Amino acid sequence: MKMPAEDTTAAPLISWEKRLQPSPVIAVLVPVLSVFLALGLGAVFLAFTGFNPLEVYQNMLHGAVGSRYGFSETIVKAIPLMLAGLGVSVAFRMLLWNIGAEGQFYMGTFGASWVALSFPELPFYIMLPAMFIAGCLMGGLWACLPAIPRALWGVNEVITTLMLNYVAILWVDYLVYGPWKDPQGFNFPLTVSFSKAATLPTLLGTRVHLGLVFALMAALLLSIVLWRTRWGYEIRVTGENASAASYAGMNIKRNIILVMFLSGALAGLAGMSEVAGITHRLQHGISPGYGYTAIIVAWLAKLHPAGIILVSFLFGGLIVGGYSVQTSGVPAATVSMLQSAILFFVLGGEILTRYRLRIGRKGGK
Amino acid sequence: MENTVLITILAAAVTAGTPILYAALGEIICERSGVLNLGVEGMMLVGAVCGYMVAVRSASPWAGFLVALLAAGALAAIFAFLTITLRANQVVTGLALTIFGTGVSGFLGKPYIGIPLPLSFKKAPIPVLSDIPLLGPVFFSQDVLVYLSYILVPLLGYYLYRTRWGLNLRAIGENPAAADALGVNVFALRYTYVIIGGMLAGAGGAYLSLAYAPSWLENMTAGRGWIAVALVIFAFWDPFRAVLGAYLFGGVDALTYTLQASTNIQVPVFFLKMMPYVLTVIVLIVVTRHTLAKRVGAPAALSIPYDREER
Amino acid sequence: MTAPLVEMRGITKTFPGVVANEDVNLAVYAGEIHALLGENGAGKSTLMSVLTGLYRPERGEIYFEGQKVSFRSPRDAINKGIGMVHQHFRLVAPFTVTENVALGLKGGFNLNLNKIAQEIGELSREYGLEVDPQARIWQLSVGEQQRVEIIKLLYRKARVLILDEPTAVLTPQEARELYRTLKKMAEQGCAVVFITHKLQEVMEAADTITILRAGKTVATVKKQDTSEKELARLMVGRELKGLRQKPAASRSATVLSIEDLRVLNDKGLEALKGINLTVAAGEILGIAGVAGNGQRELAEAVAGMRTIVAGRITIAGRVLEQGNPLEAINAGVGYIPADRLDMGLVPNLGAVDNLLLKEYRQERWGKTFIDRRQVRLWARELVERFKVRMAGLDVPVKLMSGGNLQRLLLAREISTCPRLLVAEYPSRGLDIGATEAVHRLLLEQRAAGAAILLISEDLEELFRLADRIAVMYEGEITGLVDTAAARVEELGLMMAGAKRMEVGA
Repeated sequence: MKMPAEDTTAAPLISWEKRLQPSPVIAVLVPVLSVFLALGLGAVFLAFTGFNPLEVYQNMLHGAVGSRYGFSETIVKAIPLMLAGLGVSVAFRMLLWNIGAEGQFYMGTFGASWVALSFPELPFYIMLPAMFIAGCLMGGLWACLPAIPRALWGVNEVITTLMLNYVAILWVDYLVYGPWKDPQGFNFPLTVSFSKAATLPTLLGTRVHLGLVFALMAALLLSIVLWRTRWGYEIRVTGENASAASYAGMNIKRNIILVMFLSGALAGLAGMSEVAGITHRLQHGISPGYGYTAIIVAWLAKLHPAGIILVSFLFGGLIVGGYSVQTSGVPAATVSMLQSAILFFVLGGEILTRYRLRIGRKGGK
Repeated sequence: MENTVLITILAAAVTAGTPILYAALGEIICERSGVLNLGVEGMMLVGAVCGYMVAVRSASPWAGFLVALLAAGALAAIFAFLTITLRANQVVTGLALTIFGTGVSGFLGKPYIGIPLPLSFKKAPIPVLSDIPLLGPVFFSQDVLVYLSYILVPLLGYYLYRTRWGLNLRAIGENPAAADALGVNVFALRYTYVIIGGMLAGAGGAYLSLAYAPSWLENMTAGRGWIAVALVIFAFWDPFRAVLGAYLFGGVDALTYTLQASTNIQVPVFFLKMMPYVLTVIVLIVVTRHTLAKRVGAPAALSIPYDREER
Repeated sequence: MTAPLVEMRGITKTFPGVVANEDVNLAVYAGEIHALLGENGAGKSTLMSVLTGLYRPERGEIYFEGQKVSFRSPRDAINKGIGMVHQHFRLVAPFTVTENVALGLKGGFNLNLNKIAQEIGELSREYGLEVDPQARIWQLSVGEQQRVEIIKLLYRKARVLILDEPTAVLTPQEARELYRTLKKMAEQGCAVVFITHKLQEVMEAADTITILRAGKTVATVKKQDTSEKELARLMVGRELKGLRQKPAASRSATVLSIEDLRVLNDKGLEALKGINLTVAAGEILGIAGVAGNGQRELAEAVAGMRTIVAGRITIAGRVLEQGNPLEAINAGVGYIPADRLDMGLVPNLGAVDNLLLKEYRQERWGKTFIDRRQVRLWARELVERFKVRMAGLDVPVKLMSGGNLQRLLLAREISTCPRLLVAEYPSRGLDIGATEAVHRLLLEQRAAGAAILLISEDLEELFRLADRIAVMYEGEITGLVDTAAARVEELGLMMAGAKRMEVGA
């Protein structure tokens, strides 16, 4: 006999009561509230280490959106988060815990840079599409490395995707410290600048580049794929109930590999647009952890494409704000601390969408 | 001559394997209770940094070690609250814990970069035992935390397989409903073991900053926490097999350093540094295929939040 | 008469949206076997979960030996000597029998398993509960596992034993053996409560019967003062219609033919050891047997979900490809799995997406894109035709009742006009009304010329629906009989593997 559940294990006065339907109001409220709670927690840390939290936050806000430049930088940081976040979300939707976006991002930068550096004479209308394809392809193939053993033998993809992050970063390091190093670069770990043709067009004199259009298009396409196509239907069903998917004759193994490829390709595209749009060269440490932040972004957005776009702006702002207060001695790690604290509160708060906190006993004596 | 090189590498393998061993033992306890905590890397980092801070200030590595346990345990308690009481997704919460731990350790440790440790855990050969050929210099010329791990492994093995509490621990990871029906407090025990697991991860982190390095560097664990998670699968959730794996990875670590130092091998250092990660992936694939064939696997209730009223 | 050993007074327990128990009273005396009779959903299991401390009631009191008690957890109940054998056993599969019994016991730090094993041996001899203390649970049959559950309670000196649908997993003979064990326990001064919805069983084993209907106590009667007919009326609340005679079968061409089929189970052991069966169009072939004897693997193999080790499955002349569900779907196989929400449906998606599960490849919705508007219209029509009640087409289906879930599942599987319908325990967990609806739909399909493979543990259901009954035991067919010529006793022996007959299929 199945009964709607209710928890009786908690203390007698407070207990969880299952909601018949998840509450949409709380589903929106929780992330918003989480941001504020995380800022509160961050304030405690800042205060303990001798900073005035209010001042720090004010400076961060000003740095992120207080000026035309700050605002455009927020968008610049949001672009890789959007693309990588979309990539993460599509894998997560199928319960494929791809936490290798960081490595896939790096491989994307590698692929795009290889095209730009190997064929500097190409005209832009061939150069940019070729870089686009190379970035996606490298990111996607890099994600296939863990996807194939996962599909065939169920090898834990959490660990393999993560391990490959280190490998990808070391690979790019090898290139920029070794064979690809700019001989005129004063021994800095970076390559020569790309040719003009390998540069993404930018918007109105800011650093905001065509990658923003890629990201918005990707979000739109992903929404259409997920909710309007056969393949998207398969992804949604498989993520919710894998045995129902195989019962319906869906090819789960193939979809694991395809979805991971797509996921990696999006992260690779993020890498491509970063080298082609911002740095115009490959260099050491090209991502300040976009791939990991993208995971937080994706979860915060409940894996929804539109939500990812929105949350990416917020997190881009956090990153830019973080940079702007570093000059006053606030550690760079503050930002990743705040981001993960937000995720903690969201994770903890999710139970409220499924359960209602009941205080006091109904009836009883 | 050949022999001394070999002994140096083997001894270094044990040293380098010890932090991974501590973390893996912690994760074994945690996963045996049915909770998948992927935050090992974060807990190790927090353990490393907190241990280092206290050891620098108090000039006592033991005080640092203790605080490392407490700090990582506290982080694990947050994880326990989120996943056990609030039933949050364990995979994502573990990731969040790692990112959080990385951030917090970077935040707290910033002023301590480059500050030397007044007193670290030094090599302390055990009198008679260290004179045994081969075994002596490899196993018994280590520091006290390594010796502690020698005791910990059989102790944990005994606890798991030969005691009442160990039986309950294994049961809540396999079938919490069965244990609950017989009056085993699944929630309290899971909390306990998640926190103990976190403390051991903290011990592994402290070993890095107080004995292995000894210094504090941002992100100094460099993926060892994740390797420990992989090791648990390699070890089939068994503490004795974990020793084997930990020293294997320690050996690769040690080998990497030896090869880097030797001048006549021309492999770029980046490729040497990739070795542990590549090895982890390969080992994981091989082991998973093997377990698939033998059908031994993870605790049945691993990563499933226990809800009394959902069968 | 002496005071009751356990008494529940005015128990009310509600879940969001449902009143599971309302003002229920129950008194159980030492030395008696007390049956708790009611339909699925009548609140029997909830009531017993309240008694064993798993749920807490909003109102009501529990008295044990005249003392008012309040259980906060199963531990409290066990300490008082009240234990329950759940329908889904609470056993740790990789542990030995002894370890399962030792679990949660108080005592020293060290574990003396030998001593416990010895005590288990004594208990099992005393009560006739034969089981090897060193065996691992996953190696045991379901019947043996049930014995372990009972031993667990006896070892803890339980004085009140509650069994939830204990005979559902047993052959008729094993069930009788269980009754003997229960009687022994009652003679020792225990009180035994068993939950059931089978009237026959109540008349055979119980001393006292309490009937629940829709969460309320209807009556408590002594066995000698009642009859099966009266119990049925009390349980359902109306007179039961007599069995409607099903129309004669119009068997024609063979649709499904299984030849020497061998298949592995999830543990890698051979679950089907050379099975031969055929089902013709317009025929229902029933598969009887205790659950876990290879029925699930048989159903999954026919549905293309299991790799075939040896042998052949042919559907309407087409040999089924190795473990490919799509192949089976295209061959016209409909499959109603036992676990509705685990496999047959996607709990978090709405009715539209669930109805689409096998249809989504159809060209009529578009090649790459799915025309959602068209799909919705089609879904609405199906929902109305099959009278599925729900809050809305997009509300997650997990919120629907068991009966409506099954209707939804049947709607999907039947709407494609399958050549072969595999129904695995289709009425499990459904109340009488919903069960009747399912039966009617199956008979309609039979009349429409579909071949039906019906797997059931309920002999009554098989007698009502099937044209022929095959019995499965340990992965083999131990008998195949025409329903008209079948006898319960004989089927029971075949279910236990004690009797075999040549099967020519």
